[in-house]
Amino acid sequence: MNSTTTFEVDMKSRWQRNRIAFQTIFSKELARFLRIWMQTILPSAITMALYFVIFGNLIGSRIGSMGGFSYIQYIAPGIIMMAVITNSYSNVVSSFFGAKFQRHIEEILVSPVPHVLIVAGYVAGGVARGVIVAFVVLMVALLFTEIQIYSYAITLAVVVLTATLFSIGGLINAIYAKKFDDISIVPTFVLTPLTYLGGVFYSIDLLPDFWRTLSLANPVLYMVNAFRYGILGVSDIGLGTAFLVIIVFTSGLFYFSLSLLRRGVGIRS
Amino acid sequence: MHALEIRNLTKTYASGIRALDGIDLNVDQGEFFALLGPNGAGKSTAIGIISSLINKSSGLIKVFGIDTDHDFDRAKSLIGLVPQELNFSQFESVSEIVLNQAGYYGIPRRSARANTERFLRQLGLWDRRNQRSRDLSGGMKRRLMIARALVHEPKLLILDEPTAGVDIELRRSMWDFLRDLNAAGTTIILTTHYLEEAEHLCRNIAIINRGQIIENTSMKRLLTQLHAEIFVLDLSAPISAAPEGSDFDFRLKDDTTLEVVVYLGQTINDVFEFLSGKSIQVTSMRGKSNRLEELFVNLIQEDE
Repeated sequence: MNSTTTFEVDMKSRWQRNRIAFQTIFSKELARFLRIWMQTILPSAITMALYFVIFGNLIGSRIGSMGGFSYIQYIAPGIIMMAVITNSYSNVVSSFFGAKFQRHIEEILVSPVPHVLIVAGYVAGGVARGVIVAFVVLMVALLFTEIQIYSYAITLAVVVLTATLFSIGGLINAIYAKKFDDISIVPTFVLTPLTYLGGVFYSIDLLPDFWRTLSLANPVLYMVNAFRYGILGVSDIGLGTAFLVIIVFTSGLFYFSLSLLRRGVGIRS
Repeated sequence: MHALEIRNLTKTYASGIRALDGIDLNVDQGEFFALLGPNGAGKSTAIGIISSLINKSSGLIKVFGIDTDHDFDRAKSLIGLVPQELNFSQFESVSEIVLNQAGYYGIPRRSARANTERFLRQLGLWDRRNQRSRDLSGGMKRRLMIARALVHEPKLLILDEPTAGVDIELRRSMWDFLRDLNAAGTTIILTTHYLEEAEHLCRNIAIINRGQIIENTSMKRLLTQLHAEIFVLDLSAPISAAPEGSDFDFRLKDDTTLEVVVYLGQTINDVFEFLSGKSIQVTSMRGKSNRLEELFVNLIQEDE
């Protein structure tokens, strides 16, 4: 009886200790990107405003409607999602690699923070930035067009899940990265092409069969379309399939990142 | 109980370098323990493994009886580490760094603030608490790492060359601080290149060379192994040649400076008695080199 009580007290204190540790990592991440908001939040607002001006107003007015909406309305969800993907990924990859580079990741490694909380803390930071940037870009979009959100729940769920997925992706990139060049290779050569070819600016129904089928192998397509469904109520992909793909990818990458940390890949000799 | 127990610890890096070749070590609770060795001997690897920054190849480590293979998180909560290299964010303030570290150990905010203030005050950094860490002087950065390592009140503090590059005055104030900490019950393991520091502070010592412990004993016992010690004597009046007619080995360095080698079994009193008999007056005396340093060099040379 006595040992059971001790165990329970120990587990309770562990839970409390872990909660504080998670809050510490998360609030540190939040403070980090908010402190440098001109480098982390503002650029997305400006870049996406340019997309709306050029692709939405100037070119879009000549394209006409797509999926039953004006072109600028059709691309708005994709542009917001593009900002979410870029920001959540870059937040974690730069922060975690910076911590490795300056060696202050050791502050966490020597402390009794479980690996799952290291992943959770950094990813929560990336998700927070993704959600804030999504809101800011949505506000920018409202300057150019009217948007009536079809489903707040689906919209928010897709933003959070997508930001989670790409935050974990950024973490994995940072774990493997040995120099600064290594953190820009994936965004440049993988992330950007996948995003641009993920149905941000067009419906895949416009593509020839071969390219349409090939596009289905692009996970970003499912996120953009699920988000578009949340905002406009239209999608090239079934909502269930889209959520399934996002959840499977997120779960897979989560367990992969956890196993990397547990084995000490990139952080322990 | 041992604060730290190491059995047959080995580490071979991916490059093939065998940094630790089966070391055994016990550090008792409450000790002030020196872990010495030349560069590349394996000290930092051993410390890295104990603090979980490096994966071991094999062996057993227990911290206050807790096997790190079974519950490393609990073992880690008992350890505080002051690493050799600066490893804090250059963009955070002094208090942020210490407070965040308390957070990683799960210390509630109120206690974390109280501990942060206590240790920053004790280490003379309280006035700098809002300053960015990169703007601190070298000595302050070292003290910041000590405050950070102590914020969760560890039972075992490991310091890997904490006074490297620190001026003498500050080094001595850090010695006083560490002595008080040890007297209050914290077990301390120290690695240092200043052997004088180890001799002043530590009761027990292990010397590691090429991944193996080549000596593990008390400081007092180790120093009795010294067979000869050289003293430098300053004379009140010049002499033309080293005095002769005794068993002592005198060497005249200049006309007012005499060196004498005192072997095991001889006493410094006999030296003075002999010199008085020759009407040579000594105004001051000092050891030519640190005693531990001589022993250390001898042991390393014997091992190689």
